[in-house]
Amino acid sequence: MGNIKEKIGSFLPEAVFEEGQYITVSVPADKVHALALYLRDDADLRFDYLANLTGMDWGESLGVIYHLNSTTYNHWVIVKTSTTDKENPLLYSVGDVWATALINEREIHDFYGIRFINNPDMRHIFLRNDWKGFPFRKDYDTNPEINPIPLESDEYLDIAPCVKETDNGKIEESLNTIFEKDDYVINIGPQHPATHGVLHFRVALDGEIIKKVDPNCGYIHRGIEKMCESLTYPQTLHLTDRLDYLSAHNNRHALCLCIEDALQVEVPERAKYIRTMMDELMRISSHLLFWSTCCMDLGALTAFFYGFRDREKILDIFEETCGARMTMNYNTIGGVMADIHPNFQKRVKELIAYLPKALKEYHTVFTGNVIAQQRMKGIGYLTKEDAISYSVTGPSGRASGWTCDVRKRTPYGVYDKVDFKEIIRTEGDAFARYMVRMDEIMESVHILEQLVDNIPEGDYAVKMKPIIKLPEGTYFRQVEACRGAFGVLIESKGEKYPYRVKFSSPGLALVNVVDLLSRKNKIADLISIGASLDYVVPDIDR
Amino acid sequence: MKEEDFNENEYIEQLRAAGTNVVVGKLDDLINWGRSNSLWPLTFATSCCGIEFMSAGAARFDMARFGFEVARASPRQADVIVVAGTIVHKMAPVLKRLYDQMAEPKYVVAMGGCAISGGPFKNSYHVLKGVEEIIPVDVYVPGCPPKPEAFFYGMMQLQRKIKAEQYFGVVNRKEAKPTKTQTEKK
Ligand code: SF4
Repeated sequence: MGNIKEKIGSFLPEAVFEEGQYITVSVPADKVHALALYLRDDADLRFDYLANLTGMDWGESLGVIYHLNSTTYNHWVIVKTSTTDKENPLLYSVGDVWATALINEREIHDFYGIRFINNPDMRHIFLRNDWKGFPFRKDYDTNPEINPIPLESDEYLDIAPCVKETDNGKIEESLNTIFEKDDYVINIGPQHPATHGVLHFRVALDGEIIKKVDPNCGYIHRGIEKMCESLTYPQTLHLTDRLDYLSAHNNRHALCLCIEDALQVEVPERAKYIRTMMDELMRISSHLLFWSTCCMDLGALTAFFYGFRDREKILDIFEETCGARMTMNYNTIGGVMADIHPNFQKRVKELIAYLPKALKEYHTVFTGNVIAQQRMKGIGYLTKEDAISYSVTGPSGRASGWTCDVRKRTPYGVYDKVDFKEIIRTEGDAFARYMVRMDEIMESVHILEQLVDNIPEGDYAVKMKPIIKLPEGTYFRQVEACRGAFGVLIESKGEKYPYRVKFSSPGLALVNVVDLLSRKNKIADLISIGASLDYVVPDIDR
Repeated sequence: MKEEDFNENEYIEQLRAAGTNVVVGKLDDLINWGRSNSLWPLTFATSCCGIEFMSAGAARFDMARFGFEVARASPRQADVIVVAGTIVHKMAPVLKRLYDQMAEPKYVVAMGGCAISGGPFKNSYHVLKGVEEIIPVDVYVPGCPPKPEAFFYGMMQLQRKIKAEQYFGVVNRKEAKPTKTQTEKK
């Protein structure tokens, strides 16, 4: 660890170090870009994965926090930078170092009004163009009359405003063309059955060939992160279930872990087992839903009924133990809400016995089908380098050969006690992403098999005080949700409310990569690509 | 839910009982019987509740038993829009337009806490406190998310509402129902 500190210190003498969960370094805004390049390219550091990018309002200054991870060494560093200019806050973009930053910077621009120099696209992404104020700033006026409910559709900009630094170091306003005047642009969404929710793509076509895709999000932006700032820690939990409702347990697990880390609470062994099993059940149910909808998008409607039929078996297990089919609200700080139902183990065993047969049937029905293969093989190719640069984690990243499974890299729960394979494929196309998910169902079954009979006796939760105060500091935790690495950042000022909560969702990175994957493909392939990425829109928009 | 409870708000049928002409009344009954058993929903979902809506359409709960299974992707072919999920500011004009594009007679079912009142996100700066603020709602189905059974109960209430409508004899079209914002303005 000292090594990282020394290296950064010698590269950038003005860097200020702080103690924290990971090595934290604050740097002046104009040095960020140079440091970013150094951190990524130095042979001993190799911070090639930007796990999280958070905007911050520290009162007298606005800034950002970068959570960087190295895929080679799996070490972490946190970089902070800020500006005190609140009228026209400008920071430097790192979009050319980590491509995922491009869309995250647009998000921060929306919420904090910080503009990023050299980011080619500083349009709004979540909020409307006529939105007044920056909602995540601490001095935002929530009076609903300032931003009444609009009844007219938003205007879509073809020309993006941006800020550029010229060669001689001057900073000037500039414009960047997204769509040319004579581009043939069609809209897909926000109300379209194949976008899996309210996502909006603007697609420029040349005949049938896609020239460019411009995703437009925010149609389900619920402001969850901002809401968390006025909720106590136990209250924030219930919102995580509604982010990516198909990874409800996993998301909540992440937030609980993050809070437990900060409080240094040790969760009882029994709770860890239950949490891990619930996570895996969730993963199976999510992948079954993926299979159903993916097949439905590609025209196989029967599959939809098969997948939902089998998913119901898992929902029954959830309902018995947690009391709900969706939005279970089961994990809690220090354990789980209630003990497992007496039927739980029996039901899980039934499921374990049933699923392999069902999967075989799925493969007979759909996977081998010529049409399915032709629509997925060789479509939407993503290289490993791009996957890392765009932070495409989860099954989609693993289909490109990136070993990005958080369960393996930083085990939590009881993942270090079970034996399971990380499914890796190297083709990087839609079919690989499909197959990774199908195989992961089997791995999850395998994990459940090892755990179901070994749940230790004991408490299912440690008793916590009703008012929880986190010690001052920044905490970050990742888990492997069904769609990829789901991160939670909490900045605490030692009060009972968090100062800032950020959920870094896998979905936003997936949407960011759609343009790259679908260029030069046919318009119909956009559907296969979207289906194979399997994003959940409320997870993107938060 | 018990059978007796299901019948408790019989006033819907009573609304029409007075002063209906026998001949057109019978015609109404026939048409309404047909309409209420072939309600075509729009495939519209924004978030969590939408997944339960999909579950309701799948094999276990089987919407087709009630004639709701013909989900349409185009609002012009749909009879009922089930608002399943949170509606936020940016989505509001889109939802309004979808509603406007539907042909009369049309109905709105608000499914889940979010569509009813904003639900868990009531205090957010970007969430509508119920779809009622922009479109008129016929049936509210509470829950977060409502179970498919609850959704069916709501849809059956809508069927009853339709069965009590007078198609002939009175006016041929429903009057545009005011939304909350419009009423407040007056
Ligand atoms: S009512 Fe609950 S389940 Fe339904 S959309 Fe809102 S948060 Fe999700």
